[in-house]
Amino acid sequence: MRRAFSAVLMRDLRLATRAGGGGGMAVFFFLIVVTIVPLGIGPDLNLLAMIAPGMLWVGLLLSALLTLDRLFQADFEDGSMDILMMGDLPLEALVAAKAVGHWLTTGLPLVIAAPLLGLLLNLDESAYPPLMLAMLLGSPALSFLGTIGAALTVGVRRGGLLASLLVMPFYIPVLIFGVGAASAATSAMPSGVYGQSLSLLGAVSLVSLVVGPVAAAVALRANLR
Amino acid sequence: MSTLSTSQRLQAFANPTRFMSLSGRILGPMAAVTALLLLSGLYFALLDSPPDYQQGETVRIMYVHVPSAWLAMMGYMIMAGASAIGLIFRHPLADVCAKSAAPIGAAFTFLALVTGSLWGKPMWGTWWVWDARLTSMLILLFLYLGYIALWATIEEPARAARGAAVLALVGALNVPIIHYSVVWWNTLHQPASVFRMGGPTIAASMLTPLMLMALGFTMLFVTLLLVRMRAEILRRRVRGLLLAKADM
Amino acid sequence: MSHTATSLTITDLACERGARRVFDGLSLSLEGGEALVLTGPNGVGKSSLLRQIAGLVEVSSGSISLAPADEDHPMAARLHYVGHLDALKPAMSVHETARFWADFYGGAADVMPALDAFDLVPLATLPVAYLSAGQKRRLGLSRLLLASRVLWLLDEPTVGLDTASIERLKGLMEAHLEGGGMIMAATHLDLGLAQARHFNLADVARQVTA
Repeated sequence: MRRAFSAVLMRDLRLATRAGGGGGMAVFFFLIVVTIVPLGIGPDLNLLAMIAPGMLWVGLLLSALLTLDRLFQADFEDGSMDILMMGDLPLEALVAAKAVGHWLTTGLPLVIAAPLLGLLLNLDESAYPPLMLAMLLGSPALSFLGTIGAALTVGVRRGGLLASLLVMPFYIPVLIFGVGAASAATSAMPSGVYGQSLSLLGAVSLVSLVVGPVAAAVALRANLR
Repeated sequence: MSTLSTSQRLQAFANPTRFMSLSGRILGPMAAVTALLLLSGLYFALLDSPPDYQQGETVRIMYVHVPSAWLAMMGYMIMAGASAIGLIFRHPLADVCAKSAAPIGAAFTFLALVTGSLWGKPMWGTWWVWDARLTSMLILLFLYLGYIALWATIEEPARAARGAAVLALVGALNVPIIHYSVVWWNTLHQPASVFRMGGPTIAASMLTPLMLMALGFTMLFVTLLLVRMRAEILRRRVRGLLLAKADM
Repeated sequence: MSHTATSLTITDLACERGARRVFDGLSLSLEGGEALVLTGPNGVGKSSLLRQIAGLVEVSSGSISLAPADEDHPMAARLHYVGHLDALKPAMSVHETARFWADFYGGAADVMPALDAFDLVPLATLPVAYLSAGQKRRLGLSRLLLASRVLWLLDEPTVGLDTASIERLKGLMEAHLEGGGMIMAATHLDLGLAQARHFNLADVARQVTA
């Protein structure tokens, strides 16, 4: 079973990093989204510094959404999904393997790219460590909750857009606690806010580790049978 | 591939073959000239030129920044020009040239951005300012990255070349418009440009290393372009051989 | 692995696809060493039946069971299903693809014998993108040998194969049957299996409408 899990994970990592896999696409999108903001609201550095944590989180969310349709759609279209559903590996574990692969190829690179984009938005220096920590804690939730939207829309035409609409509400707690952690470090907030938002963020991620695969497996069974 | 007749195949390979032998002969001397230019340029830039009376030693970043920015733009021009030739005359080498120029141009754009940011830190007190030049440079980087991503997405070289060429040409038309819009956007928010460099007022002691570095960087660009084009041609030959193997 | 006393039993099976009843009251059984060829016109439910057995299409009513019972593995993990799609990734090489399947199935440590059985060894390092349709089909079929499973469900397995490959597949199917395995295939072409039973699904469908 562990062999099957790692086989699926390694395959997804390999496909994402190969030409045409679109591994770097999410980071590229993140960069563009963050760049568009100053062009829209003006280059005032103080203003940018104020909105930087929120903008980075919104950019991260949008970039993660963009790649959701990669989770199951391609495997569904070429028939791989049939085989993946016919192993000893329970569907929940299969979804978890795919979510881990998604996080490693999109979530983690986005978190690593975030400090660089922080420079562009004149993010306050003291906000870097809490922002990174919050993103590291919160981004797995984006992949694991994202599997639900991807599973619900597998086989649906233009499913990528629909999946975004379905999943975005689930992302809102991640956004709120994530921004809270970063802005607690820069602005005058009650002293407990930082620790509080980090633990809430961790809780959301832990819950999503369970809820994501279970719900996605139910959706896949309903959708594909 | 298999739909081409033998004569068509030979014709398509005639030019790249001549290119391979020619470029193989001039590559060594070109690399030597590049190294000589860059070494002498660096000597003048780092040791034998005065610090700026205002900026101090940080002005030496200019000797890398200005040539990089210049090559970032030249790279896009080469890419767009080669794309136009590829699109109109179906010249196989032109597509190879356009594809090979993109990552080099992107690398110089990135270098220009990083050096601009390093240069700006002591001047502005922050790593990044939404200055018109830097912003245009960043958008140029996006154009490069999009072009590279398109090549990476389409497997069949002939099809990828056509699409990428259209993208490069539309991009080339757009570059002046983008630059103008960014300058306009910038003056709207901050009337005076903070970032000034080059210009005719530059001292002769600075002009020599700058010219040497610009020349050296240009030679470096051309040398790298040749290396990448050779690699690309070889990659296509390997692909052809593998496809032939699958045919058996 | 010994396949003695193995059997597939289908009792009173019904299939619905999008509110349309494809077939109803289908019963049949298959013993170890037996092959069954499903025949009948398009739309009669051959593919649906195979996918039902594979657990890929919902069973509306009735039951499917594979004996001997095995608590450790779900039924779908004890059979091979080769459908119309080859489940291949253009960016992966032939060898990588086979390696992945073997690991996913918990099967063969060495994938080369399976590739060799379908004459794919010379192509092992090639990306799947470079293969022809017939070569892709052969790679898809190589799954059958990457893990030992008692029941093979084949949906039009010969599509895109040349005569030599069909012969090769026939030899492998005969070996599987001799080892006590079972094969159920939907096909329009005669597979040339001497001992195969034929089952016309149209007969069941006619009963429904009658």
